[in-house]
Amino acid sequence: MIPSSFDYTAPSSLDEALKLLHDLGDDAKILAGGHSLIPMMKLRFAEPEHLIDLNNVPGLSYLKIEGGTLKIGAMTREVETEESADIAVHFPIFADVAKLIADPQVRNFGTLGGNLAHGDAANDQPAVMLALDAVVEIAGLDGRRTVGIDDFFYGFYSTAVQEGEILTEISIPIPSGRSGNAYHKVERKVGDYATGGVAVHLEMDEQGICTKAGIGLTNVNPTPLRAVRSEAALVGTSLDDAAIALAAQYASEDCNPSTDLRGDIDYKRHIIRAVTKRMINKSKERAFKN
Amino acid sequence: MIQCKTSKEISGMGHSMKRKEDDRFIHGKGNYVDDVKLPGTLYMDIVRSPYAYAKIKNIDSSEALKIPGVLAVITGKDLEQYNLHWMPTLMSDTQMVLPVDTVMYQAQEVAAVIATEKYIARDAREAVRVEYEVMKPVVDPFKALDADAPVLRTDKPDKKDNHIWHWEVGQKEETEKIFQEAEVTVKEQMHIPRIHVASIETCGCVASYDKIDNHLTMYMTTQAPHAIRTVFALVAGHVGLTEEKIRVISPDIGGGFGGKVPVYPGYVIAIAASFLIGKPVKWIEDRSENLQADSFARDYHITAELAGTKDGKILATRMKVLADHGYTDASANPSKFPTGMFSIGTGSYDYPNAFMEADAVYTNKPPGGVAYRCSFRVTEAVHAIERITDRFALEIGKDPAALRFQNFIKKDQFPYHSPTGWEYDSGDYEAGLKLAMKGIDYDNLRIEQAEKRKKGELMGIGLSTFTEIVGAGPSKDFDILGIKMFDSAEIRVHPTGKAIARFGTKSQGQGHETTYAQIIAEELGIPAKDIQIEEGDTDTAPYGLGTYASRSTPTAGAAAVMAARKLRDKAKKIAAYLLEVSEDDLEWEPGKFSVKGAPEKSKTIQEIVFASYTNHPQGMEAGFEATHYYDPPNLTFPSGAYICVVDIDSDTFEIKVRRFVAIDDAGHIINPMIAQGQVHGGLTQGIAPAMYEELIYDDDGNILNGTLMDYLVPTAVESPSWETGHTVTPSPHHPIGAKGIGESPTVGAPPAIANAIVDALKPYGITHLDIPITPYKIFKALKDKGVLDKNIVES
Ligand SMILES: Cc1cc2nc3c(=O)[nH]c(=O)nc-3n(C[C@H](O)[C@H](O)[C@H](O)COP(=O)(O)OP(=O)(O)OC[C@H]3O[C@@H](n4cnc5c(N)ncnc54)[C@H](O)[C@@H]3O)c2cc1C
Repeated sequence: MIPSSFDYTAPSSLDEALKLLHDLGDDAKILAGGHSLIPMMKLRFAEPEHLIDLNNVPGLSYLKIEGGTLKIGAMTREVETEESADIAVHFPIFADVAKLIADPQVRNFGTLGGNLAHGDAANDQPAVMLALDAVVEIAGLDGRRTVGIDDFFYGFYSTAVQEGEILTEISIPIPSGRSGNAYHKVERKVGDYATGGVAVHLEMDEQGICTKAGIGLTNVNPTPLRAVRSEAALVGTSLDDAAIALAAQYASEDCNPSTDLRGDIDYKRHIIRAVTKRMINKSKERAFKN
Repeated sequence: MIQCKTSKEISGMGHSMKRKEDDRFIHGKGNYVDDVKLPGTLYMDIVRSPYAYAKIKNIDSSEALKIPGVLAVITGKDLEQYNLHWMPTLMSDTQMVLPVDTVMYQAQEVAAVIATEKYIARDAREAVRVEYEVMKPVVDPFKALDADAPVLRTDKPDKKDNHIWHWEVGQKEETEKIFQEAEVTVKEQMHIPRIHVASIETCGCVASYDKIDNHLTMYMTTQAPHAIRTVFALVAGHVGLTEEKIRVISPDIGGGFGGKVPVYPGYVIAIAASFLIGKPVKWIEDRSENLQADSFARDYHITAELAGTKDGKILATRMKVLADHGYTDASANPSKFPTGMFSIGTGSYDYPNAFMEADAVYTNKPPGGVAYRCSFRVTEAVHAIERITDRFALEIGKDPAALRFQNFIKKDQFPYHSPTGWEYDSGDYEAGLKLAMKGIDYDNLRIEQAEKRKKGELMGIGLSTFTEIVGAGPSKDFDILGIKMFDSAEIRVHPTGKAIARFGTKSQGQGHETTYAQIIAEELGIPAKDIQIEEGDTDTAPYGLGTYASRSTPTAGAAAVMAARKLRDKAKKIAAYLLEVSEDDLEWEPGKFSVKGAPEKSKTIQEIVFASYTNHPQGMEAGFEATHYYDPPNLTFPSGAYICVVDIDSDTFEIKVRRFVAIDDAGHIINPMIAQGQVHGGLTQGIAPAMYEELIYDDDGNILNGTLMDYLVPTAVESPSWETGHTVTPSPHHPIGAKGIGESPTVGAPPAIANAIVDALKPYGITHLDIPITPYKIFKALKDKGVLDKNIVES
């Protein structure tokens, strides 16, 4: 469990980091919390020649609400999203998901930006971001651009963050009316990646009719997956049992899990159906509690 | 309740004294093998095979040797020159230290790199180029016996198949007849999965050979330092390393669980490297190496059968085992017991007849198996008997608790002679089960379960009422490579009344530094805190066979009692001399002798000890020391009654252990707090194979879960809040009536959980599931039974 040798730099500004990244090209990797990257280096699955540590770069770690949007700096630790009271008002889903990510040691260091930039469909935050319709800000030497979450995940370990770029911020629209959200995954034991996970975010009008639904699925597709048919099955309904059952059924049909030690395809579809149903119900409950 | 004969100040038996060793562990001051730092140390890393079965065509070390700091790359061919490329296993089989031409399992050692830093060694390991010719491995133990299976052990000229040995015990004909005539027979095929001890500390050593003195000091993670030294001397005697030239030191150990009994190739290569280079060589495995290459445990395929009457009387059991040993039989059993104590498989029940047989085979998997926190294959036997007992209860529609009461060996039947040849020392199985049922409120649970079943909810109640067999063992039957399985204690009391005691065993977390001191305190009245305990250094401790199989208290603990009693006899003589009375006029209470009828005339043990150095009677040897080598007259038979309740989510099939009540009977208990801690840890290691752990191989012999991301070791989160208790049935032959506690929970817990889960699924016609029972496995079983709604699209 010893990585091959590498150089290490800890720049003190974003510009410096971007310059280094540009100069070193694809021999370099960004180091955020290190809890995905370092295990891969120890197993020598990843052998970057240079690590550029973002931990000394100021201004990348924050949680703030600005103009109806929740903004989260890329270097914000999982534990901060878990414990923020500001977030909890609208997004109890953050506490749901953080509690299911590994263990406190990992959450104390792992970052939200890293969790997304890693581009792993087994990570839990991507599904949550899909459900919440997040927008990702990416900085390069030429400036900043934003990418909608649906255009962010390209493939296995591959995202919209291109060579020479750094993910800087995640923004999430704050719902104005009644809303609720929830996340759960089935795991083999604490700290495990999901056998299957489901993030649900619902918005509804005063009559209780669903006006917006976001559903993201974890680890049942090569990339984090939006359950499009399931969302459509809910919008316009009163979130009655039949609509929920249909949405759950669609999610189980539309995911593309593969067989591994966690289970076969049938089992994972079964899990997705069960958990989707539960998370819709839980989101609905939360919406009416507020 | 536990009664103490000594004051808290003395803290003999029964006191929950805090563990003396914990101070250093809690402060991070433990001294583990990786903490051993000798000047000039070199580091070893090991090149391992990516294939399960392959010919080695070529090993090219040239690139590795170019890396600055790399001193050597050692291969099997190098060791062959010294005839060190093979070594014996504890079961008199043979194991490669490094292969000369063939690798037999994935992750097998292929070559060793020696460098000035561990980082350089790891880089060099990657730079060693090995050319393999891959062969089709034998992975399935059943197929290993097929006529067309390739013969794996071509190194053995006479070997014509992959069969290692056959073993049997019991009444074959009588049992056969009973099965033919019985009203009811049941049968299940079970696999007790291949698992790994996964101790927190991996294995490792520092081999330090001094060329001038021709002396080897070997710091290593071993549970049996003395026996290991003898093995080294047998392996390396021919190159001049005879036994007096070897000192094995086993420092603090971060968990052993049987996995640190064997001699692994890495140890021997490190010794060879230090011998050749003349500098200390350190080798510390990483986690994956530990999991993938070191000895596994279990891996028994068992066909278990039971014959009985319709009203529940059990008449006979029959068990047939196929044991997958990997490419060599590297078990750690007493030599005469190839299946260990598997023959305890009639359990706590009064079986008139039984027949058990086993066949062992070679496959292309890592060698083993060690006794993972169990007394040599007892876990396998207990699982089979407890599961088949429940299967029988299910068949005849009887409550599993009632069935057990009906068939228990009764209290007055002890000493009990089992049909497989054991003499159980003592037990009160009814009392244990009654207490457990009361603790968990068994009758009401059954009522709750009936109601839940009506609603389609999955709730199960599982029992395990097991008998252990520990404390190996009496010299007439028990030896390892000829060395009898006694153990030893040596007590030296200093003039000021404080003591040091040394033992042939070796604690790996069991708390010997405390419990041994308490045993001596009980016998001599010297406060336990004044007694220092030392183990693990072959130069200072008396010879013993080590710590595993719950044997330390039954053997070395008894040796401490006997040595202390020799000292008490001496103390009595000195007291009589000092008080000028005859020995018969003296009375003992913990810590002092006084004159009968004149209690004010007394001598404390400390005064007596001082006198033994300053004023001893003429004709008596001075000093206050004693040694005892204890050869136990019999094994001890701890028992337990465990009941657990599980709730299974009817959507996701996630399993929650709602409650787990464990009543143990380990005879007299030395330190209740330590005993309870042992039970907690053991129970957690019991849910491990029951619900989580299994080493899984694909058809090409690749391990599929060789890291802790996929080899699922349960944590506090998965553990229920254990509810423990005990009954006390002392061992009649042990000097303090103690039986041993360390392993009972690991042995007894898995069938309780499996029985509970199968019980929960009873309405769906499921009669058995192999452990580990996971939500996925339940899903598959229910799907096979056609009870899941077919709403799932197939793709
Ligand atoms: C034992 C264990 C269990 C885990 N279990 C889970 C789990 O159940 N669910 C889960 O979601 N996660 C899990 N994780 C992963 C954990 O959440 C990681 O912390 C997270 O995936 C990555 O965040 P990080 O800050 O540690 O990123 P790093 O490991 O530092 O980086 C990950 C990758 O993203 C890149 N990167 C990071 N930040 C940026 C940035 N700002 N801009 C551009 N590129 C960037 C890095 O170059 C690297 O390629 C687990 C980790 C461990 C060690």
